[in-house]
Amino acid sequence: MSRSHLSRRDFLRLGASGATVAALGLAGFPALSLARSRLDARIVIVGGGSAGATTARYLKQHAPNLRVTLVEPNETYYTCYAGNWYLGGFRELDTLGHGYDRLREEYDIEVVHDRAEELDLAGKRVIPRDHHPIEYDRLVVAPGIDFAWDRVEGMGPEDTEQIPHAWEGGRPFRILREQIEAMDDGGTVIVCPPKEPYRCPPGPYERMALIAHYLKKHKPRTKVLGLDPKDSFSKQALFKQGWEELYGDMIEWVPGSQGGAPDRLSVSDRKVLTDGGDQVHSADVINFIPPQQAGAIARQADLSDDSGWCPVDQETFRSQRHDGVYVIGDAAVAGDMPKSAHTANNQGKLVAATIVGELTGEPTPHFPTVNTCYSLVAPDWAFTIAAVFEHRGGEIREVEGSGGLSPEDEGQAFREIEALYAPGWYESITRDIFG
Amino acid sequence: MPSMTPLRYLTSIALSTALLAGPVQAEDKPLTRGELIAQSCFACHGPQGQGADTMPPIAGWDKDLMVEYLLDFQEGKRNPTVMDRHATGYTEEEIRELAAYLSELE
Repeated sequence: MSRSHLSRRDFLRLGASGATVAALGLAGFPALSLARSRLDARIVIVGGGSAGATTARYLKQHAPNLRVTLVEPNETYYTCYAGNWYLGGFRELDTLGHGYDRLREEYDIEVVHDRAEELDLAGKRVIPRDHHPIEYDRLVVAPGIDFAWDRVEGMGPEDTEQIPHAWEGGRPFRILREQIEAMDDGGTVIVCPPKEPYRCPPGPYERMALIAHYLKKHKPRTKVLGLDPKDSFSKQALFKQGWEELYGDMIEWVPGSQGGAPDRLSVSDRKVLTDGGDQVHSADVINFIPPQQAGAIARQADLSDDSGWCPVDQETFRSQRHDGVYVIGDAAVAGDMPKSAHTANNQGKLVAATIVGELTGEPTPHFPTVNTCYSLVAPDWAFTIAAVFEHRGGEIREVEGSGGLSPEDEGQAFREIEALYAPGWYESITRDIFG
Repeated sequence: MPSMTPLRYLTSIALSTALLAGPVQAEDKPLTRGELIAQSCFACHGPQGQGADTMPPIAGWDKDLMVEYLLDFQEGKRNPTVMDRHATGYTEEEIRELAAYLSELE
């Protein structure tokens, strides 16, 4: 971020103020930076989730005359985060939906509700399905995740009505909730977390707890079984403590090394086969969370590598595979940063500041970035993980001596206070993202 | 018209550029590190640090008091839940810049 990346094309686009500075530059005058208010470059952002919408909002906050277009298919964006609160029965799904009117009206952001079909990186155009191509000077790609169905045996995207993933916001959560409401008491709900890396590392374990919270009230003889390809998971000790304390035997978690890894699913009779097919687990409800990769548009545009995720310069989030493109949010490989709403929001702010710095020629100062993640095991029982990140040795790394988990040795009061803050976090971050 | 020295000539161009550009607006000042750090805080404490729901506001705090709080959090004082784990990620200089920025918000 110490250099200006102003291209000749950008320079010409910047119009009169740019020409004046260019003349001074030719006269040998020390380089002057351009006023932020004079920037009018075209920035297109593909994806209006936590990363993309934040970028749009902060770009306009920093430089109101930038021409910012957000391409997002959904008119209402339902967050995946806090979706487990809905599954737990203490939050309405409607409250997790966010529209784009405020970004449009208060920030003068053009929001195009369409799916980006192609990124024409050579021609600097985004080609939506039903709209004319949109030209850009800078492109930010924030497509989130896509499911890697080719790595799943026995089910595909056509089966998600029967076996919902609930790993994208909105309707998939409603399907899962309705199945849990409809099942008989005394049955089993299976939750299958994915292999890493995936969106929201503690999410599956919070889900197991909050489904148990709902069942404890309404169907107390029902079990929640976690069948996991992994042997450990985020916030494990804190989850296990909460599970045992609040739900006892209701929750069972089987790690990969003890036969928990799902090999195959049988959709018609709702079974999960693990341990090389030797163990067959029947359930009334199966929540299979598929393995993940960067959103399709990023992979299609060759922004991802063999891992299925998008490598970026971790200081600027510029793609390492194509010039003039930034990739942020869940799709990007971002060092120590987990794939969370909070880091997506932080990355959006970082990229907005970086782009403005590049266009003005005023270097953007280095600054630490942050993750905060609340997990609930009941409406009045929560804990957090926090991290502060810096750029070190070419990667995003945690600042040594900072961050960490809520203490294990705290009692109910501490968990209750953190649970009080969790909805405050949700309210704050969604206002920060969607205006 | 007296002849201009190169320095005076360049100064006059700089001044005329400034006039062309009109008054300096708030958004024309370079982004500062304090402001950019503060943006991280807004994810929990609401846009512009206004607070939301159960999250306390952090805008408009006296800057010395904010510095005192954050340095105390670094040492585990004042019984924070998560702020100790955040505060330890920043140098004192960063904390001072952050506090100065937040103190100017309404």
